[in-house]
Amino acid sequence: MASVTYEHVTKKFSADTTAVDDLSLSIKDTEFMVLVGPSGCGKSTALRMLAGLEDITAGQIKIDDQVVNEMPPRDRDVAMVFQSYALYPHMSVFDNMAFGLKMRGSSRTEMDSRVKEAARILRLDQLLARKPRQLSGGQRQRVALGRAIVRQPRAFLLDEPLSNLDAMLRVQTRIELQKMHQRLGTTFIYVTHDQVEAMTMGDRIAVMKDGVLQQVAPPREIYDQPVNMYVAGFIGSPRMNFLPVTVSDHQAKASGLELNLPKAPGVAHGILGIRPEHFLPNVSSDDAVIDLKVEVLEVLGADQYLYGKVGSDDLIARVDPQLKVSVDDRVRLGVNMRRLHLFDAETEKAVF
Amino acid sequence: MASVARLKMGKPGTGRMVGDKLVGRAIRIYIPLLLLLAVTLFPFYWMAITSFKSASELFDFSVSPLWVREPTLDWYKHLFTQTNFPHWALNTAVVATVSTLISLFCSVLAGYSLARLRYRGADSIGWGIFVTYLVPPTLLFLPLTFVIRDLHLFNNLWALILTYPTFLIPFCTWMLMGFFKSIPRELEEAALVDGATRIQAMFRIAIPLALPGILAAALFAFTLSWNEFLYSLIFLNDSLVKTIPVGVTQELIHGDEFFWGELMAAALLGSVPVAVLYSFFVDHFVAGMTAGAVKG
Repeated sequence: MASVTYEHVTKKFSADTTAVDDLSLSIKDTEFMVLVGPSGCGKSTALRMLAGLEDITAGQIKIDDQVVNEMPPRDRDVAMVFQSYALYPHMSVFDNMAFGLKMRGSSRTEMDSRVKEAARILRLDQLLARKPRQLSGGQRQRVALGRAIVRQPRAFLLDEPLSNLDAMLRVQTRIELQKMHQRLGTTFIYVTHDQVEAMTMGDRIAVMKDGVLQQVAPPREIYDQPVNMYVAGFIGSPRMNFLPVTVSDHQAKASGLELNLPKAPGVAHGILGIRPEHFLPNVSSDDAVIDLKVEVLEVLGADQYLYGKVGSDDLIARVDPQLKVSVDDRVRLGVNMRRLHLFDAETEKAVF
Repeated sequence: MASVARLKMGKPGTGRMVGDKLVGRAIRIYIPLLLLLAVTLFPFYWMAITSFKSASELFDFSVSPLWVREPTLDWYKHLFTQTNFPHWALNTAVVATVSTLISLFCSVLAGYSLARLRYRGADSIGWGIFVTYLVPPTLLFLPLTFVIRDLHLFNNLWALILTYPTFLIPFCTWMLMGFFKSIPRELEEAALVDGATRIQAMFRIAIPLALPGILAAALFAFTLSWNEFLYSLIFLNDSLVKTIPVGVTQELIHGDEFFWGELMAAALLGSVPVAVLYSFFVDHFVAGMTAGAVKG
C-alpha cells in the first residue's frame, strides 16, 4: 500500500523524441488509477519509469515520500503485469509465481502457502505443475496476475493486461480485476488504450496525449466535463459529435442548426460538442431542434444509431431502437441543452 | 477459390494417381537425397573400410576395393602402440575442451551485454567483433607467432588454448548475440521488477532460455578447435604435444610414403568424437539453429 507521485516528470528517448512531457500526477493510496490514451502517448513509459525499467530524464517520482528515481526495480516493491504476460517459459506455473518470493529469500513454507492461496483465488490450483506454453491465453493472464499478487507489493502496475484476451474473457477479467482491487486494498496503476476499460475500472482516469497529461478526474467527471476536445472525443463511444459554429452573443450557428447558448461564450468561432446519446426523441418548444438526414442505420438491439448529416456536418445519434426509421428519412431530434459542450475552435479547450 | 481447391485435389481415389504421386516424390526428393548421401558418405566409407584392410589387401588391385575380405585391427593396434596417436588424441581433446569453455564464458557475457545493455559504443563494438572474425588465420598467425614466442609458449598446449579463442570468441559472440536478442526483453524486465538483480535475471532467465543457442555455439566451437590445423602446425613441433590433424598428416606421411592403414584409422578415430557429439546434441542443436535462423 502506497501513494505514488509524479512531479514534473519528463522522459526523452533522444533530443527530439519526448515520450512523457512534464507529467505531474499524484495517485492516492489504494486508488485505482487508469492511464489512458492512444498508442505512443507515453502512458506505458510513465508506468515503466515508475517500475524502474526506464530512466527519468527530468523530475522525480515518489513512492510514499521516498524519491525512487535512482532506486533499482527490485527495491521499489512494486509488481508489474505485462501486456505479453512475460511468463518465464522454462518454469512451471508454481515457479513463475514463486520467483519473486524466491528472489526475496522467503522461506519454502511461506512461498508454498502464498502461491497456493493466490492459485486458489485465481483458479490455478490444478495448473501449478504446467509450463506456460501448456496454458490458454486466459490462464496465462491469471498466472501473470498471480505472480504479482503473491508478492503483496506496495503497488500493482498493469500494462494493458487485457489486450491479448478475446472480448468475452476481457469483460470477465475486467470484473475480476475490480474485485481483486477491492479485496487487496492496494494501489493499482493501470495502463490501457481502451476507454471502456478506463471508464469501468478507474477510480480516477488520467487521459494522456503525445506525452502530455490532458485531464485527471473520476470517470463521470471526465465524461461530463471534458476539459478539451481531445478528452471529449476520446471518452465515449460512439464519439462526441463536433459541429463547427459561428457565435454571436448567445447565438450559435452551424450549417444545419441554430441554437441559443445558455450563456455567452465570448468566442467567435466555436465547436459544438453533442454526445450521440444526448439527443431527445420528443421535441419540445424550447429545445433546439436538428433535422437529421439518415444515411446509415445500425440497430444493436438495445440501441439504434443513426448516421447522417445535419446541413453539411456529419452526425451520429443514438435513439430508441423502437423508433421506425429508414435510410434517407429526415428525423427531427431535440438537443439536450443541459448536456451541450462548447469548445474554443482555436485552442480546442472547453468553454463549457 | 473453389476451382483452385478442386484443381489441387485432382480426381480422388484412383490408384494410378497414388502411384504417380510416389514417382513424383521419388524424383523430387528421394533420388536427389540419395545421390547427395552417396557423394558425402563415400569418403567416410572408403576411410572406414581401408582402415580395416590388411596390408596385402590394401595394394591388391585384382579384387574390388569397395569391400573388405579379411577385416583386421592391425592398423589400430599399430596406431596405438607404434605412434604417438594417443597423445595427439588427448592433446586435441584437452585443447578443444578448454578453449571451448574459455570462449563460451567470454562469448556468453559479451553476447548478452551487446544484445541487452545500452551503453556507449555497443553497436560499434558488436561490428568490431564481427570484423575480427573476418580476419583470416593465415594473416593472423604472423603476429600471433610473436606473441607466443614472447610468452615462451612454443610446444606448449597453452599456445593453442589461448589462440583458438581469437576466432572462437568472435564467432560465438556473434551467434549468441542473436540468441539473446530473440529472447523477449520483457522476461528479464519482469524478473527485475520481481526482485532479481541484472546478474540474477541473466543467469535465471536469459541463459536458460538461450541454452539451445549456447549448446550450438559450444558444438561449433568444439568442432572448429578439434579440426584446427594452421595454428597447431605452427606453434607445436614436438611430436608429443601435437594434435590429431597435424600429427596425422605430419607423422603418418613420410615424404611420398603414405601409411594408408594408420592414416585412415587415425582419421576415422579423429572424426568419431565430433560425430558422437553432434548426434548427442542433435535435438538441441537443431532447435538452436532454427531459433538463430529466424530471429538472429
